[in-house]
Amino acid sequence: MTDSYLLPGLPKPVASPDGLDTPFWDGLREGRLLLQRCGSCRRFQWGPEWVCHRCRSLELAYEETPAEGLVYSHQRVWHPVHPALKDQGPYIIVLVELPAADRVRIIGNLVGDPQQELVIGTPVSGVFEHHPDDDPPYSLLQWTAA
Amino acid sequence: MTERTLRGRAAVVGVAETQYYRWGRSPDPEFKLAIEAVLKVCDDAGISPTEVDGFSSYSNDRSDASRLAAAIGADELRFASMQWGGGGGGGSGALANAAAAIATGQAECVVVLRALAQGQFGRFGQGPQRNTISGHAAHTVPYGLMSAAQQFAMKVNRFMHEHGVGHDAQRAISLASYHHAQANPRAVMHGRPLDAAMYDESRWITEPFRLFDCCQENDGAAAMLVVSAGRAKDFARPPCYVLGAVSGSHHRAGAPVHNAPQYASSSFPTVAPRLYDMAGIEPSDVDVLQSYENFTGGVMMSIVEFGFCAPDEVNDYFTVENFLAPDGRLPLNTSGGNLAECYMHGLELNIEAVRQIWGESTSQVPDVDVSMVHSGPMVTPVSACVFGSEATL
Repeated sequence: MTDSYLLPGLPKPVASPDGLDTPFWDGLREGRLLLQRCGSCRRFQWGPEWVCHRCRSLELAYEETPAEGLVYSHQRVWHPVHPALKDQGPYIIVLVELPAADRVRIIGNLVGDPQQELVIGTPVSGVFEHHPDDDPPYSLLQWTAA
Repeated sequence: MTERTLRGRAAVVGVAETQYYRWGRSPDPEFKLAIEAVLKVCDDAGISPTEVDGFSSYSNDRSDASRLAAAIGADELRFASMQWGGGGGGGSGALANAAAAIATGQAECVVVLRALAQGQFGRFGQGPQRNTISGHAAHTVPYGLMSAAQQFAMKVNRFMHEHGVGHDAQRAISLASYHHAQANPRAVMHGRPLDAAMYDESRWITEPFRLFDCCQENDGAAAMLVVSAGRAKDFARPPCYVLGAVSGSHHRAGAPVHNAPQYASSSFPTVAPRLYDMAGIEPSDVDVLQSYENFTGGVMMSIVEFGFCAPDEVNDYFTVENFLAPDGRLPLNTSGGNLAECYMHGLELNIEAVRQIWGESTSQVPDVDVSMVHSGPMVTPVSACVFGSEATL
């Protein structure tokens, strides 16, 4: 497995039982970012939903898009709200917009120094964090300054 | 055809709350607190509990309307309404639903209620403790984004970035709430004053929120009693009319995983104009404001979205002096609010707005005719209402 940004013990992501985001989670395990794209108007859409909000097409498919983005917003978390993070110390959550995917946004952590300066608009690149030996196995998409 | 508005159709004739406790400290279970609040609000209005014929609540309140009606021996149940959405977003929406039921003849005497006992049912400010997670939460929780503060911090950071707002604006909100709580014996933070140095030295919860930017977690119950405008004239106090009450949110505010197009928002961009339109007022008509502080940054964006100041004026407008009763420019959260009176999911703010109309606040603003409430910024749906004195009709 790759280095984990946060201490172990948080809930592990699994695909929604209705299958809505299964390709997304499967894609992360393969080191690929797959997001929903409308088969009719060809625009990307996220978070996962059953219908295109622009053209109401139900033909949403998952397509690969580059894990390259810009910091849309950020927060440095100090207070642990889960027992697994009791000894974590500060950590950074970023909301990343993806220019190549119609500027949809995705949540991740900004890896590296938790005290690093945070600037909206900073270019960031995706880093896949794999947990193949967990039960169940899963992968996360993290970010680092590009 | 009758004009489609709530303006002047219904009025609040009673308000009440149980003792407010820090979370987990209530000696009574949640449903008993709810009963106590219902009985007290009937007593405050001077009616028999048998006359209550409706309940309106929000945030998935657990105190079931039918059980309540049976428990207090109500003659008949005619209205039972639950506003969708979490947090305090439905505080004024539940009032709107009660007023609408009365205005359309569905009910005569409706209790708006919120009851919370976090010791009995678990705290809000903790993440889920389980092995796996699915659905939209799976896209945030594994990254350590799971509390309300974490859900909203990035909206506020983005707003402050876009408009060059500094942290002093947040501090002014917090200091005003704590100041007003010192005059309010009901407030959990009564006797625990806050000054600028204490605020500045307080620990970060998640940037940009320090400890004193965050609401409390509390136990208790609160209730308001709503009747028709005509019947309200028969009560001891002058009627406190509903001038307007609306709920909702702007285009795709609920887009999953932080994808709302207008992200840096309190969710009031379309709600605020609808409220002003229904109430027939402008920002300059508002004498006193109760604006829900889940976090101070939410108040900041709410005040902007309701047109009290422009986004680039926040640094100048948001001063403690401007927010203090009795004579500040916009007296704010005059009971202490969620930060310092009690986190009763904002029903305590709606109650305080009514007390300002009646002249019964512990930080009274002189001659209040128009009293406004913002409920639950940054969630969706949010809601808001305006109360008016007889002079406003």
